[in-house]
Amino acid sequence: MAAELHVALVAADREVWSGQATLVVARTTSGDIGVMPGHQPLLGVLESGPVTIRTSDGGTVVAAVHGGFISFADDKLSLLAEVAELSDEIDVQRAERELERAKAEDDAEAQRRADVRLRAATAAR
Amino acid sequence: MGAQLRVYKRRIRSVTATKKITKAMEMIAASRVVKAQRKVAASTPYATELTRAVTAVATGSNTKHPLTTEPENPTRAAVLLLTSDRGLAGAFNSNAIKAAEKLTAKLEAEGKEVVNFIVGRRGVAHYNFRERKIAESFTGFTDDPSYADAKKVAAPLIEAIETETAEGGVDELHIVYTEFVSMMTQTAIEARLLPLSLEEVEAEAKPKGEILPLFDFEPSAEDVLDALLPRYVESRIYNALLQSAASKHAATRRAMKSATDNAGELIETLTRLANQARQAEITQEISEIVGGASALADATAGSD
Repeated sequence: MAAELHVALVAADREVWSGQATLVVARTTSGDIGVMPGHQPLLGVLESGPVTIRTSDGGTVVAAVHGGFISFADDKLSLLAEVAELSDEIDVQRAERELERAKAEDDAEAQRRADVRLRAATAAR
Repeated sequence: MGAQLRVYKRRIRSVTATKKITKAMEMIAASRVVKAQRKVAASTPYATELTRAVTAVATGSNTKHPLTTEPENPTRAAVLLLTSDRGLAGAFNSNAIKAAEKLTAKLEAEGKEVVNFIVGRRGVAHYNFRERKIAESFTGFTDDPSYADAKKVAAPLIEAIETETAEGGVDELHIVYTEFVSMMTQTAIEARLLPLSLEEVEAEAKPKGEILPLFDFEPSAEDVLDALLPRYVESRIYNALLQSAASKHAATRRAMKSATDNAGELIETLTRLANQARQAEITQEISEIVGGASALADATAGSD
């Protein structure tokens, strides 16, 4: 049996994505981390950034995650985020507009959010 | 039409209008309960995973964190009370307020000063009327709370618990909310959020007695716990807000249902009385006519 891990990407108010995967790449506060099946139990703090999930059927899922945690044990991986969006849920034009607006208003928080969204959307292409 | 009958007819009309309104409110509340319940269910995975993570750090490492250790001599406690913005929900708000007052009395008996945080206009009005001090209040979102609202409520609480008690901070954080048990049962309950009692969290996180693995912490156990605990508090408050909203809608539905039933009964009684009045009126008219006719007949008979 090919080694697989079960991934659950959960936001505060809904489950965004769940399924089988072979590799998950996420950014923690101390750098990017890749998790494959059989990794040792891990609990880390996530930075805002895109998370890449390579699914077992060969596809790739990219999600924009705005802060949160990654926890892994027994080949079960949970990504907890207050806000998380899949790349195909992201409206690129809207995110670009928001980035412009955030830059104009000097809103660092909004700028960061829009930036993460855009990076996730471009990474999925 | 007689005066009596007219009064009954008018009352029937007004009660019918009220019944229509309460019936509509009942149906609106019923649909909102379902929506609120769905939101509670949708927020559960996050809460469960978060609780698991908190347990894992707290038990898996020997980290001492101010939020998980009992202070030696607690002197100030924050109480967060969740009520609704609008009434018409039976005893929903008064039950929550009563529970909060019981808790306040208990804490004061233990020698702690209580700081009040209140969600919902009803609770705020209750405390303002009695001229009690409110540290902070939040209104306007109790019907349909979002996670951002929970964050807004949690922020000053987390700040207060992180501040030294001597500088206006608090040692403990309690929450009073209405638990949604079922459509028919909602109970006002109180719970202590912080300092975290690990036994409780543990019992919640692994009901089947599963053993948590030894985690590798990234970047370190302290940092993870530091980041985790505020999120945990937010998620607990979010869950409480959602449950309280669902309970409020369920209570409204029940209150409006009994109001509709009562209106129906009232209409029935009034209709009976109106019918009686009408009959009495007719009877009286007939006897007047008969009496008049016989008087007339007597008079003509006498003149002949």
